[in-house]
Amino acid sequence: MIDKKTYKLPSIILTAILVVCFFLNISLGSVSIPFKAIFNSLIGNSTEHETWQHIIQNYRLPKAFTAIIVGSGLGISGLLMQTLFRNPLAGPFVLGISSGASLGVALVILGSSVFGGVFGALFVSKWGIVIAASLGSFLVLLAVLMVSLKVRDTMAILIIGLMFASITAAIVSVLSYFGSAEQLQQYVFWGFGSLGNLSWTDLSILFIIYSIGLILAILSIKTLNTLLLGENYAKSLGLNIKKSRLIIIIATSLLAGTITAFTGPIAFIGLAIPHLTRQVFNTSNHKILLPAVFLFGAIVMLICDSIAQLPYSDLTLPINAITALIGAPVIIWLLVSKRKMVF
Amino acid sequence: MTEKNQHIILKTSNLSIGYISKKKHTCIASNINIELKRGELVGLIGANGIGKSTLLRTLTQVQNPLEGTIEINDKKVNDHAPLELAKVLSLVLTEQITSKNLSVFELVALGRQPYTNWIGTISKQDTEAINNALELTNITELKHKKCFELSDGQLQKVMIARALAQDTDLIILDEPTTHLDMYHKAYILKLLQKLAKDTNKTILFSSHEIDLAIQLCDNLIVMTENDVVSNTPCNLISKGTFNHLFPKDLIAFDEKTGSFRVKK
Repeated sequence: MIDKKTYKLPSIILTAILVVCFFLNISLGSVSIPFKAIFNSLIGNSTEHETWQHIIQNYRLPKAFTAIIVGSGLGISGLLMQTLFRNPLAGPFVLGISSGASLGVALVILGSSVFGGVFGALFVSKWGIVIAASLGSFLVLLAVLMVSLKVRDTMAILIIGLMFASITAAIVSVLSYFGSAEQLQQYVFWGFGSLGNLSWTDLSILFIIYSIGLILAILSIKTLNTLLLGENYAKSLGLNIKKSRLIIIIATSLLAGTITAFTGPIAFIGLAIPHLTRQVFNTSNHKILLPAVFLFGAIVMLICDSIAQLPYSDLTLPINAITALIGAPVIIWLLVSKRKMVF
Repeated sequence: MTEKNQHIILKTSNLSIGYISKKKHTCIASNINIELKRGELVGLIGANGIGKSTLLRTLTQVQNPLEGTIEINDKKVNDHAPLELAKVLSLVLTEQITSKNLSVFELVALGRQPYTNWIGTISKQDTEAINNALELTNITELKHKKCFELSDGQLQKVMIARALAQDTDLIILDEPTTHLDMYHKAYILKLLQKLAKDTNKTILFSSHEIDLAIQLCDNLIVMTENDVVSNTPCNLISKGTFNHLFPKDLIAFDEKTGSFRVKK
């Protein structure tokens, strides 16, 4: 109660920053478009050049929305993982969820030649990739969770997550050995990560699944807070641990899996955003953390995307490189700086 | 004692505790018949490895009994739904809480989880219960501190406040005095005595502080190799139960002072 008042100001500031970043992201790009034209195009008026309107409405706008979904979705899935596994270093990447998604996609893109024919072609649709990636991440997360039930040591769980990542990497390299050059390129480009490849239709599919994941995450807020006491206390408070765990895992795999499917694996956002958020919102209460992570994730992703676009040049850097360049130093700074990595 | 105090909160009948594995049943203690009445402070004592934790784990549903039944408020423990049980039984465990970044208020507020809505909104009634629990344990001034800033003694009080906020008839504490200095050991147990009296809750705790337990508890459950006895401290002393508590080579029970003395 007392906390909510204290965090009102940073929430308002963050929301304002998000709005600014959103417009900044739309106005920056390889083609320089005056702000007035952008504004006109956004409210549906015609602009001086047809192409400007086309660029904004069919390219930059869906890309900005994707960035918001990706940043908030990955950040929230990282938050869920960190609380569930009681480990500040947990995140969709470290626990092998993203590698699971990669494996699913690799099987679909590279394996289509192995499965061959109509069956393969059927799978290499956008839906096929989405389903494969979600399924892959869900299975890996389930495997990690099953191991975590037997192994209480959280360090062991993280190492097991890394092992799953190596196994998937190995399978992917075997598949790429047999794959054609064209398929390989398709997979490698998926691996670079990209926010700009989504049409409005893709975006709406992503949005629907993201919303389901988000709703499940919001429904888990009370559970997550209870889990802060540890599982035995949570059980003594009447929590059905098995059911709550499953819901959190489904939420995570829906969020991380689908996002990875559409945009490729995007590094460090899931791990870094919750920690960055905790530096500003010094609380463990998920009722505050969850919306804060949402805002932070969206802002950081919009900024990363703006940088990746290299404004006013024709070049576009892989988004995955930018997030890692920003995310990794953040983690190092957190560990080196005196502020404890409490959660 | 008034008639109300005769109400039995927890009752075990022919309870056997131990571990079940595929190959065999390992029975640790059997034929346990204990009754805890309302408003009683009850200590559970016994040597290391005698099965105190196993008994508490069985009573709190962490593990299943081998035989016999446990009833809370005249209803079998297994028949309670998880949320129902959470409203009659609260715990203070030896394990550390996962997140020490919680404030004292937030931590105690988590005790209200069984009563709050789907997102855990703290109602006026909840706030009252929380503040009441903070007051009863004398930690109101710590309200806004983070848990990692607290000493072991303070943290133990916070955990007791959390259990109080859960507003249950029965509170079970597993070794609440470990890691505490002599003063705080006495302080915590004295606090439990006061809470049992003031709130009319039944409090069961396991402890190695036998001399303190003898002085403060209404009843003691003593676990020895052969059996589990439950009686008032005075009766247990006159029966000589404490003489069988430990191997006799090092220490002996002194009936006059109610404590153990090292043999010279």
